[in-house]
Amino acid sequence: MYNAKFVIPGAIIFVGLFTAPFWTNVFSAKHEAVKLELPQKPVTFFGEERTQCIEPREWMAANHMEMLIEWRDKALRENKRIYVATDGRKWETSLQNTCMACHTNKAEFCDKCHTANSVSPYCWDCHVEPQGNK
Amino acid sequence: MKASRRYFLKVAGLSTFAMAAGAAKADAAYEGYSEGLKAKRWAMVIDTRRFQKPEDMLPIIEACHKVHNVPSIKGPKEIKWIWDDTFEHAFANDPNPMLPEDVEERRFFLLCNHCTNPSCVRVCPPGATYKTEGGLVAIDYHRCVGCRFCMAACPYGSRSFNFKDPRPFVKEINPAYPTRMRGVVEKCTFCAERLEKGLMPACVEASNGAIMFGDLNDPNSIVRRVLAKNFSMRRKPDLGTDPGVYYII
Ligand code: HEC
Ligand code: HEC
Ligand code: HEC
Repeated sequence: MYNAKFVIPGAIIFVGLFTAPFWTNVFSAKHEAVKLELPQKPVTFFGEERTQCIEPREWMAANHMEMLIEWRDKALRENKRIYVATDGRKWETSLQNTCMACHTNKAEFCDKCHTANSVSPYCWDCHVEPQGNK
Repeated sequence: MKASRRYFLKVAGLSTFAMAAGAAKADAAYEGYSEGLKAKRWAMVIDTRRFQKPEDMLPIIEACHKVHNVPSIKGPKEIKWIWDDTFEHAFANDPNPMLPEDVEERRFFLLCNHCTNPSCVRVCPPGATYKTEGGLVAIDYHRCVGCRFCMAACPYGSRSFNFKDPRPFVKEINPAYPTRMRGVVEKCTFCAERLEKGLMPACVEASNGAIMFGDLNDPNSIVRRVLAKNFSMRRKPDLGTDPGVYYII
Protein backbone atom coordinates (compact mmCIF):
# COMPACT_ATOMS: atom_id res chain seq x y z
CA MET A 1 0.00 0.00 0.00
CA TYR A 2 1.22 3.52 -0.75
CA ASN A 3 2.47 5.18 2.52
CA ALA A 4 1.19 2.25 4.59
CA LYS A 5 3.41 3.09 7.59
CA PHE A 6 1.52 6.35 8.06
CA VAL A 7 -1.98 5.39 6.96
CA ILE A 8 -2.43 2.27 9.14
CA PRO A 9 -1.34 3.82 12.50
CA GLY A 10 -3.30 6.93 11.55
CA ALA A 11 -6.42 4.88 10.95
CA ILE A 12 -5.95 3.03 14.25
CA ILE A 13 -5.55 6.29 16.20
CA PHE A 14 -8.62 7.73 14.47
CA VAL A 15 -10.79 4.73 15.35
CA GLY A 16 -9.52 4.83 18.95
CA LEU A 17 -10.39 8.53 19.37
CA PHE A 18 -13.71 8.16 17.58
CA THR A 19 -14.87 5.42 19.94
CA ALA A 20 -13.38 7.07 23.06
CA PRO A 21 -16.77 7.81 24.68
CA PHE A 22 -17.59 4.11 24.69
CA TRP A 23 -14.27 3.18 26.26
CA THR A 24 -14.50 5.77 29.02
CA ASN A 25 -18.02 4.60 29.75
CA VAL A 26 -17.00 0.93 29.93
CA PHE A 27 -14.03 1.53 32.23
CA SER A 28 -15.42 4.31 34.45
CA ALA A 29 -17.24 3.83 37.76
CA LYS A 30 -20.66 2.24 37.68
CA HIS A 31 -23.65 4.45 36.82
CA GLU A 32 -25.34 5.64 39.98
CA ALA A 33 -29.10 6.05 40.25
CA VAL A 34 -30.33 9.38 41.69
CA LYS A 35 -31.68 9.30 45.24
CA LEU A 36 -35.32 10.32 45.18
CA GLU A 37 -37.59 11.53 47.96
CA LEU A 38 -40.59 9.19 47.78
CA PRO A 39 -43.96 10.09 49.26
CA GLN A 40 -44.55 8.58 52.70
CA LYS A 41 -47.99 9.71 53.86
CA PRO A 42 -51.14 8.18 52.38
CA VAL A 43 -53.39 10.55 50.45
CA THR A 44 -57.15 10.16 49.96
CA PHE A 45 -58.38 9.62 46.38
CA PHE A 46 -61.98 8.68 45.61
CA GLY A 47 -62.61 8.12 49.31
CA GLU A 48 -59.74 5.69 49.73
CA GLU A 49 -56.34 6.16 51.36
CA ARG A 50 -53.54 5.31 48.96
CA THR A 51 -49.77 5.25 49.08
CA GLN A 52 -48.79 3.30 45.97
CA CYS A 53 -48.13 5.00 42.67
CA ILE A 54 -50.66 4.79 39.85
CA GLU A 55 -48.90 2.02 37.98
CA PRO A 56 -45.91 -0.16 39.00
CA ARG A 57 -42.71 1.74 39.71
CA GLU A 58 -40.65 0.66 36.69
CA TRP A 59 -43.53 1.35 34.35
CA MET A 60 -44.01 4.83 35.85
CA ALA A 61 -40.31 5.67 35.54
CA ALA A 62 -40.33 4.66 31.88
CA ASN A 63 -43.75 5.91 30.77
CA HIS A 64 -44.98 8.75 33.00
CA MET A 65 -44.28 11.37 30.31
CA GLU A 66 -46.47 9.67 27.74
CA MET A 67 -49.13 8.93 30.31
CA LEU A 68 -49.35 12.61 31.30
CA ILE A 69 -49.71 13.69 27.69
CA GLU A 70 -52.45 11.11 27.21
CA TRP A 71 -54.19 12.28 30.40
CA ARG A 72 -54.08 15.83 29.12
CA ASP A 73 -55.61 14.95 25.75
CA LYS A 74 -58.28 12.70 27.25
CA ALA A 75 -59.29 15.34 29.80
CA LEU A 76 -59.36 18.31 27.46
CA ARG A 77 -60.40 16.79 24.14
CA GLU A 78 -62.63 13.87 25.15
CA ASN A 79 -64.05 14.99 28.52
CA LYS A 80 -62.68 11.86 30.16
CA ARG A 81 -61.19 12.86 33.47
CA ILE A 82 -60.92 9.46 35.16
CA TYR A 83 -58.08 7.04 34.54
CA VAL A 84 -58.72 3.41 35.46
CA ALA A 85 -55.32 1.88 36.20
CA THR A 86 -54.31 -1.67 35.35
CA ASP A 87 -55.18 -2.72 38.90
CA GLY A 88 -58.67 -1.20 38.61
CA ARG A 89 -58.12 1.82 40.88
CA LYS A 90 -59.55 5.10 39.62
CA TRP A 91 -57.60 8.36 39.41
CA GLU A 92 -58.44 11.88 38.34
CA THR A 93 -56.40 12.65 35.22
CA SER A 94 -54.82 15.69 36.79
CA LEU A 95 -51.20 16.69 37.11
CA GLN A 96 -51.76 19.03 40.06
CA ASN A 97 -54.51 17.16 41.90
CA THR A 98 -53.20 13.62 41.48
CA CYS A 99 -49.44 13.32 40.87
CA MET A 100 -48.48 16.30 42.98
CA ALA A 101 -50.86 15.43 45.83
CA CYS A 102 -48.53 12.53 46.62
CA HIS A 103 -45.26 13.75 45.15
CA THR A 104 -45.37 16.96 47.18
CA ASN A 105 -41.62 17.32 47.22
CA LYS A 106 -41.20 18.19 43.57
CA ALA A 107 -37.65 19.49 43.99
CA GLU A 108 -36.36 16.22 45.45
CA PHE A 109 -38.38 13.99 43.14
CA CYS A 110 -39.37 15.17 39.67
CA ASP A 111 -36.74 17.88 39.40
CA LYS A 112 -33.91 15.76 40.71
CA CYS A 113 -34.41 12.97 38.23
CA HIS A 114 -35.07 15.40 35.39
CA THR A 115 -31.90 17.35 36.11
CA ALA A 116 -29.89 14.11 36.08
CA ASN A 117 -31.45 13.26 32.72
CA SER A 118 -31.26 16.83 31.30
CA VAL A 119 -34.99 17.18 30.73
CA SER A 120 -36.86 20.29 31.75
CA PRO A 121 -40.62 19.96 31.28
CA TYR A 122 -42.24 23.37 30.81
CA CYS A 123 -45.43 22.34 32.60
CA TRP A 124 -44.71 24.49 35.68
CA ASP A 125 -45.02 27.73 33.74
CA CYS A 126 -48.75 27.16 34.19
CA HIS A 127 -49.36 24.21 36.46
CA VAL A 128 -49.01 25.15 40.12
CA GLU A 129 -46.25 23.46 42.09
CA PRO A 130 -47.19 21.83 45.40
CA GLN A 131 -46.55 23.82 48.55
CA GLY A 132 -44.15 21.13 49.81
CA ASN A 133 -41.44 22.89 47.83
CA LYS A 134 -41.27 25.98 49.97
CA MET B 1 -32.33 -7.27 -6.34
CA LYS B 2 -35.83 -6.01 -6.92
CA ALA B 3 -37.46 -8.83 -4.98
CA SER B 4 -35.16 -8.41 -2.00
CA ARG B 5 -35.81 -4.67 -1.80
CA ARG B 6 -39.51 -5.37 -1.77
CA TYR B 7 -39.02 -7.92 0.95
CA PHE B 8 -36.99 -5.46 2.99
CA LEU B 9 -39.65 -2.78 2.71
CA LYS B 10 -42.35 -5.22 3.73
CA VAL B 11 -40.48 -6.35 6.82
CA ALA B 12 -39.54 -2.79 7.74
CA GLY B 13 -43.13 -1.64 7.36
CA LEU B 14 -44.55 -4.51 9.34
CA SER B 15 -42.07 -4.17 12.17
CA THR B 16 -42.70 -0.41 12.47
CA PHE B 17 -46.38 -1.17 12.67
CA ALA B 18 -45.87 -3.88 15.27
CA MET B 19 -43.69 -1.56 17.35
CA ALA B 20 -46.21 1.25 17.20
CA ALA B 21 -49.06 -1.07 18.16
CA GLY B 22 -47.24 -2.79 20.98
CA ALA B 23 -45.46 0.29 22.35
CA ALA B 24 -45.53 0.17 26.12
CA LYS B 25 -49.14 0.97 26.89
CA ALA B 26 -50.58 0.06 30.23
CA ASP B 27 -53.72 -1.98 30.03
CA ALA B 28 -55.79 0.94 31.32
CA ALA B 29 -58.97 2.77 30.39
CA TYR B 30 -60.49 6.23 30.65
CA GLU B 31 -63.96 7.29 31.67
CA GLY B 32 -65.94 10.39 32.60
CA TYR B 33 -67.32 11.19 36.06
CA SER B 34 -70.71 9.55 36.50
CA GLU B 35 -72.00 12.72 38.19
CA GLY B 36 -70.82 14.87 35.23
CA LEU B 37 -73.42 17.18 33.67
CA LYS B 38 -74.21 16.54 30.02
CA ALA B 39 -75.91 18.63 27.35
CA LYS B 40 -76.20 18.85 23.59
CA ARG B 41 -75.83 22.62 23.63
CA TRP B 42 -74.94 24.46 26.84
CA ALA B 43 -76.35 27.99 27.04
CA MET B 44 -76.50 30.78 29.59
CA VAL B 45 -79.33 33.19 30.38
CA ILE B 46 -78.50 36.37 32.29
CA ASP B 47 -81.38 38.18 33.95
CA THR B 48 -79.91 41.67 33.57
CA ARG B 49 -82.78 43.23 35.55
CA ARG B 50 -81.16 41.88 38.65
CA PHE B 51 -77.81 43.58 38.05
CA GLN B 52 -78.09 47.35 38.23
CA LYS B 53 -74.82 48.44 39.80
CA PRO B 54 -71.18 47.32 39.50
CA GLU B 55 -71.38 46.28 43.18
CA ASP B 56 -73.92 43.59 42.24
CA MET B 57 -71.54 42.17 39.71
CA LEU B 58 -68.22 42.25 41.50
CA PRO B 59 -68.73 39.12 43.66
CA ILE B 60 -69.60 37.10 40.56
CA ILE B 61 -66.59 38.33 38.60
CA GLU B 62 -64.41 37.55 41.60
CA ALA B 63 -65.87 34.06 42.01
CA CYS B 64 -64.89 33.27 38.42
CA HIS B 65 -61.49 34.88 38.47
CA LYS B 66 -60.59 33.29 41.78
CA VAL B 67 -61.18 29.64 40.82
CA HIS B 68 -59.42 30.09 37.49
CA ASN B 69 -56.41 32.09 38.69
CA VAL B 70 -57.21 35.03 36.43
CA PRO B 71 -54.72 37.84 37.11
CA SER B 72 -55.90 41.39 37.85
CA ILE B 73 -53.84 43.66 35.61
CA LYS B 74 -54.92 47.27 35.05
CA GLY B 75 -54.86 48.99 31.66
CA PRO B 76 -54.64 47.72 28.11
CA LYS B 77 -52.92 44.46 29.09
CA GLU B 78 -55.93 43.50 31.19
CA ILE B 79 -57.02 39.83 31.35
CA LYS B 80 -60.71 39.11 31.78
CA TRP B 81 -62.96 36.08 31.57
CA ILE B 82 -66.15 37.85 32.64
CA TRP B 83 -66.59 41.61 32.92
CA ASP B 84 -69.29 44.28 32.65
CA ASP B 85 -70.15 47.15 30.34
CA THR B 86 -73.02 49.42 29.22
CA PHE B 87 -75.92 48.59 26.89
CA GLU B 88 -74.38 50.71 24.17
CA HIS B 89 -71.13 48.79 24.24
CA ALA B 90 -72.65 45.35 24.76
CA PHE B 91 -75.20 45.66 21.97
CA ALA B 92 -73.28 47.93 19.63
CA ASN B 93 -75.31 46.81 16.61
CA ASP B 94 -78.46 48.19 18.20
CA PRO B 95 -77.80 51.87 19.00
CA ASN B 96 -80.90 53.30 20.57
CA PRO B 97 -80.96 56.88 21.85
CA MET B 98 -84.42 56.36 23.37
CA LEU B 99 -83.62 53.64 25.89
CA PRO B 100 -85.48 53.75 29.19
CA GLU B 101 -83.32 55.23 31.91
CA ASP B 102 -82.87 52.05 33.93
CA VAL B 103 -81.62 50.14 30.87
CA GLU B 104 -79.31 52.96 29.87
CA GLU B 105 -77.70 52.95 33.29
CA ARG B 106 -77.67 49.19 33.69
CA ARG B 107 -74.46 47.16 33.45
CA PHE B 108 -74.30 43.95 31.40
CA PHE B 109 -72.13 40.91 31.98
CA LEU B 110 -69.90 40.15 29.03
CA LEU B 111 -68.11 36.86 28.51
CA CYS B 112 -67.33 34.32 25.81
CA ASN B 113 -70.57 33.52 23.97
CA HIS B 114 -69.58 29.93 23.14
CA CYS B 115 -70.97 30.40 19.64
CA THR B 116 -72.36 27.58 17.56
CA ASN B 117 -70.33 28.90 14.62
CA PRO B 118 -67.25 30.28 16.37
CA SER B 119 -65.00 32.38 14.16
CA CYS B 120 -62.11 31.87 16.58
CA VAL B 121 -62.12 28.11 15.98
CA ARG B 122 -61.96 28.57 12.23
CA VAL B 123 -58.87 30.75 12.30
CA CYS B 124 -56.78 28.99 14.96
CA PRO B 125 -53.72 27.62 13.08
CA PRO B 126 -52.65 24.87 15.53
CA GLY B 127 -56.22 23.80 16.36
CA ALA B 128 -55.78 24.90 19.97
CA THR B 129 -59.30 26.31 20.08
CA TYR B 130 -62.02 23.76 19.40
CA LYS B 131 -65.64 22.93 20.06
CA THR B 132 -66.50 20.24 22.58
CA GLU B 133 -69.42 17.82 22.52
CA GLY B 134 -71.55 20.06 24.74
CA GLY B 135 -71.08 23.01 22.39
CA LEU B 136 -68.44 24.79 24.47
CA VAL B 137 -65.63 26.67 22.81
CA ALA B 138 -62.54 25.42 24.60
CA ILE B 139 -58.87 26.35 24.47
CA ASP B 140 -56.14 23.75 24.75
CA TYR B 141 -53.51 26.02 26.29
CA HIS B 142 -50.85 23.40 25.63
CA ARG B 143 -51.24 23.99 21.91
CA CYS B 144 -51.69 27.78 21.88
CA VAL B 145 -48.85 29.51 20.04
CA GLY B 146 -49.99 33.03 20.88
CA CYS B 147 -50.64 34.20 17.31
CA ARG B 148 -53.78 36.08 18.43
CA PHE B 149 -55.74 35.33 15.23
CA CYS B 150 -58.62 34.26 17.47
CA MET B 151 -58.64 37.65 19.17
CA ALA B 152 -58.90 39.36 15.81
CA ALA B 153 -61.66 36.96 14.76
CA CYS B 154 -63.81 37.20 17.91
CA PRO B 155 -66.49 39.87 17.45
CA TYR B 156 -67.12 40.07 21.20
CA GLY B 157 -63.64 40.86 22.52
CA SER B 158 -63.89 37.81 24.74
CA ARG B 159 -60.25 36.82 24.55
CA SER B 160 -57.27 38.23 26.41
CA PHE B 161 -53.60 37.82 25.64
CA ASN B 162 -50.96 37.28 28.31
CA PHE B 163 -48.42 39.99 27.51
CA LYS B 164 -46.46 39.09 30.63
CA ASP B 165 -46.20 36.37 33.23
CA PRO B 166 -49.60 36.46 34.97
CA ARG B 167 -48.49 34.77 38.22
CA PRO B 168 -47.40 37.91 40.12
CA PHE B 169 -50.85 39.42 39.46
CA VAL B 170 -52.89 36.54 40.87
CA LYS B 171 -53.73 37.55 44.43
CA GLU B 172 -54.29 34.07 45.83
CA ILE B 173 -53.41 31.11 43.64
CA ASN B 174 -55.97 28.29 43.60
CA PRO B 175 -53.70 25.24 43.81
CA ALA B 176 -56.27 22.98 42.12
CA TYR B 177 -56.24 24.85 38.79
CA PRO B 178 -53.35 25.92 36.54
CA THR B 179 -52.46 29.52 35.74
CA ARG B 180 -51.49 30.51 32.22
CA MET B 181 -48.12 31.74 31.02
CA ARG B 182 -46.76 34.61 28.94
CA GLY B 183 -47.69 34.25 25.28
CA VAL B 184 -51.00 32.39 25.40
CA VAL B 185 -54.57 33.60 24.90
CA GLU B 186 -57.24 32.85 27.50
CA LYS B 187 -60.97 33.25 28.05
CA CYS B 188 -64.07 31.91 29.80
CA THR B 189 -64.47 28.14 29.51
CA PHE B 190 -68.09 27.86 30.75
CA CYS B 191 -66.30 25.97 33.56
CA ALA B 192 -65.84 22.76 31.57
CA GLU B 193 -63.76 21.30 34.41
CA ARG B 194 -66.63 21.89 36.88
CA LEU B 195 -69.42 20.61 34.61
CA GLU B 196 -67.52 17.38 34.18
CA LYS B 197 -67.56 16.89 37.94
CA GLY B 198 -71.24 17.71 38.27
CA LEU B 199 -70.89 21.35 39.36
CA MET B 200 -72.51 24.42 37.82
CA PRO B 201 -70.23 27.19 36.52
CA ALA B 202 -68.76 29.41 39.23
CA CYS B 203 -70.63 32.55 38.10
CA VAL B 204 -73.96 30.70 38.05
CA GLU B 205 -73.33 29.40 41.55
CA ALA B 206 -72.46 32.88 42.85
CA SER B 207 -75.41 34.65 41.20
CA ASN B 208 -78.33 33.63 43.45
CA GLY B 209 -80.31 32.48 40.44
CA ALA B 210 -79.82 35.60 38.34
CA ILE B 211 -77.64 33.68 35.89
CA MET B 212 -79.12 30.44 34.57
CA PHE B 213 -77.37 27.64 32.76
CA GLY B 214 -78.68 24.57 30.97
CA ASP B 215 -79.22 22.63 27.80
CA LEU B 216 -80.73 24.68 24.99
CA ASN B 217 -81.80 21.50 23.19
CA ASP B 218 -83.85 20.26 26.13
CA PRO B 219 -87.30 21.91 26.23
CA ASN B 220 -87.56 21.23 29.97
CA SER B 221 -84.25 22.81 30.92
CA ILE B 222 -84.24 25.97 33.01
CA VAL B 223 -82.87 28.06 30.16
CA ARG B 224 -85.61 27.01 27.79
CA ARG B 225 -88.34 27.61 30.36
CA VAL B 226 -87.00 31.07 31.21
CA LEU B 227 -86.49 32.04 27.57
CA ALA B 228 -90.03 30.95 26.72
CA LYS B 229 -91.47 33.43 29.22
CA ASN B 230 -89.15 36.44 28.86
CA PHE B 231 -87.95 38.65 26.04
CA SER B 232 -84.24 38.13 25.50
CA MET B 233 -81.45 39.45 23.29
CA ARG B 234 -78.10 38.16 22.16
CA ARG B 235 -74.99 40.10 21.22
CA LYS B 236 -74.49 40.73 17.47
CA PRO B 237 -76.67 37.84 16.25
CA ASP B 238 -76.58 39.34 12.74
CA LEU B 239 -73.01 38.08 12.34
CA GLY B 240 -74.28 34.50 12.17
CA THR B 241 -72.16 33.15 15.01
CA ASP B 242 -75.24 31.95 16.93
CA PRO B 243 -74.05 33.02 20.40
CA GLY B 244 -75.01 30.93 23.43
CA VAL B 245 -75.44 33.74 25.98
CA TYR B 246 -78.94 35.24 26.26
CA TYR B 247 -79.78 38.52 28.00
CA ILE B 248 -83.20 39.17 29.53
CA ILE B 249 -83.64 42.92 29.31
C1 HEC C 1 -50.88 7.68 45.86
C2 HEC C 1 -49.69 8.49 45.76
C3 HEC C 1 -49.03 8.68 44.40
C4 HEC C 1 -49.57 9.27 43.28
C5 HEC C 1 -50.97 9.85 43.11
C6 HEC C 1 -48.54 9.27 42.28
N1 HEC C 1 -47.42 8.67 42.76
FE1 HEC C 1 -45.70 8.32 41.73
N2 HEC C 1 -44.98 7.19 43.25
C7 HEC C 1 -45.58 7.06 44.48
C8 HEC C 1 -44.76 6.16 45.29
C9 HEC C 1 -45.05 5.76 46.73
C10 HEC C 1 -43.67 5.78 44.47
C11 HEC C 1 -42.56 4.80 44.83
C12 HEC C 1 -42.78 3.47 44.17
C13 HEC C 1 -44.02 2.76 44.65
O1 HEC C 1 -44.12 2.48 45.84
O2 HEC C 1 -44.93 2.54 43.83
C14 HEC C 1 -43.84 6.44 43.20
C15 HEC C 1 -42.97 6.31 42.10
C16 HEC C 1 -43.01 7.11 40.98
C17 HEC C 1 -42.01 7.12 39.93
C18 HEC C 1 -40.80 6.23 39.82
C19 HEC C 1 -39.66 6.75 40.64
C20 HEC C 1 -38.46 5.86 40.57
O3 HEC C 1 -37.84 5.73 41.61
O4 HEC C 1 -38.17 5.31 39.51
C21 HEC C 1 -42.39 8.09 39.03
C22 HEC C 1 -41.66 8.50 37.78
C23 HEC C 1 -43.63 8.65 39.50
N3 HEC C 1 -43.98 8.03 40.68
C24 HEC C 1 -44.33 9.64 38.85
C25 HEC C 1 -45.66 9.93 39.13
C26 HEC C 1 -46.51 10.71 38.27
C27 HEC C 1 -46.07 11.37 36.97
C28 HEC C 1 -47.74 10.74 38.84
C29 HEC C 1 -49.02 11.35 38.28
C30 HEC C 1 -49.42 10.85 37.00
C31 HEC C 1 -47.65 10.00 40.11
N4 HEC C 1 -46.38 9.52 40.23
C32 HEC C 1 -48.69 9.84 41.01
C33 HEC C 1 -46.77 7.63 44.89
C34 HEC C 1 -47.68 8.28 44.05
C1 HEC D 1 -36.88 8.23 37.62
C2 HEC D 1 -36.62 9.51 37.02
C3 HEC D 1 -37.83 10.46 36.83
C4 HEC D 1 -38.70 10.90 37.79
C5 HEC D 1 -38.71 10.56 39.27
C6 HEC D 1 -39.61 11.79 37.12
N1 HEC D 1 -39.29 11.87 35.79
FE1 HEC D 1 -40.34 12.90 34.38
N2 HEC D 1 -39.00 12.31 32.96
C7 HEC D 1 -37.92 11.49 33.16
C8 HEC D 1 -37.19 11.34 31.91
C9 HEC D 1 -35.93 10.51 31.71
C10 HEC D 1 -37.87 12.10 30.94
C11 HEC D 1 -37.51 12.33 29.46
C12 HEC D 1 -38.13 11.30 28.60
C13 HEC D 1 -37.95 11.59 27.13
O1 HEC D 1 -37.42 12.63 26.76
O2 HEC D 1 -38.37 10.72 26.36
C14 HEC D 1 -39.02 12.69 31.63
C15 HEC D 1 -39.95 13.48 31.01
C16 HEC D 1 -41.05 14.04 31.63
C17 HEC D 1 -42.05 14.82 30.98
C18 HEC D 1 -42.10 15.15 29.50
C19 HEC D 1 -41.23 16.32 29.21
C20 HEC D 1 -41.28 16.78 27.79
O3 HEC D 1 -40.78 17.88 27.56
O4 HEC D 1 -41.80 16.05 26.94
C21 HEC D 1 -42.95 15.21 31.93
C22 HEC D 1 -44.19 16.04 31.71
C23 HEC D 1 -42.51 14.66 33.20
N3 HEC D 1 -41.34 13.96 32.98
C24 HEC D 1 -43.17 14.85 34.39
C25 HEC D 1 -42.73 14.35 35.60
C26 HEC D 1 -43.36 14.63 36.86
C27 HEC D 1 -44.57 15.52 37.07
C28 HEC D 1 -42.63 13.98 37.82
C29 HEC D 1 -42.85 13.98 39.32
C30 HEC D 1 -44.17 13.57 39.79
C31 HEC D 1 -41.58 13.26 37.14
N4 HEC D 1 -41.66 13.53 35.80
C32 HEC D 1 -40.66 12.45 37.77
C33 HEC D 1 -37.56 10.91 34.35
C34 HEC D 1 -38.20 11.08 35.57
C1 HEC E 1 -49.81 27.46 28.91
C2 HEC E 1 -50.12 26.92 30.19
C3 HEC E 1 -49.92 25.41 30.41
C4 HEC E 1 -48.76 24.66 30.22
C5 HEC E 1 -47.40 25.16 29.80
C6 HEC E 1 -49.10 23.30 30.55
N1 HEC E 1 -50.42 23.24 30.92
FE1 HEC E 1 -51.48 21.52 31.31
N2 HEC E 1 -53.17 22.63 31.53
C7 HEC E 1 -53.27 24.00 31.44
C8 HEC E 1 -54.63 24.39 31.64
C9 HEC E 1 -55.15 25.85 31.69
C10 HEC E 1 -55.37 23.21 31.81
C11 HEC E 1 -56.88 23.10 31.94
C12 HEC E 1 -57.33 22.63 33.27
C13 HEC E 1 -58.72 22.10 33.21
O1 HEC E 1 -59.50 22.41 32.32
O2 HEC E 1 -59.01 21.35 34.13
C14 HEC E 1 -54.41 22.12 31.75
C15 HEC E 1 -54.75 20.77 31.91
C16 HEC E 1 -53.85 19.73 31.95
C17 HEC E 1 -54.18 18.35 32.27
C18 HEC E 1 -55.55 17.78 32.56
C19 HEC E 1 -56.31 18.32 33.71
C20 HEC E 1 -55.57 18.75 34.95
O3 HEC E 1 -56.22 19.35 35.82
O4 HEC E 1 -54.37 18.51 35.11
C21 HEC E 1 -53.01 17.63 32.25
C22 HEC E 1 -52.81 16.14 32.54
C23 HEC E 1 -51.95 18.56 31.91
N3 HEC E 1 -52.50 19.82 31.73
C24 HEC E 1 -50.62 18.21 31.80
C25 HEC E 1 -49.62 19.09 31.43
C26 HEC E 1 -48.25 18.68 31.24
C27 HEC E 1 -47.72 17.27 31.44
C28 HEC E 1 -47.56 19.80 30.88
C29 HEC E 1 -46.08 19.92 30.56
C30 HEC E 1 -45.57 19.03 29.54
C31 HEC E 1 -48.51 20.92 30.82
N4 HEC E 1 -49.76 20.43 31.16
C32 HEC E 1 -48.21 22.24 30.51
C33 HEC E 1 -52.24 24.88 31.19
C34 HEC E 1 -50.94 24.50 30.86
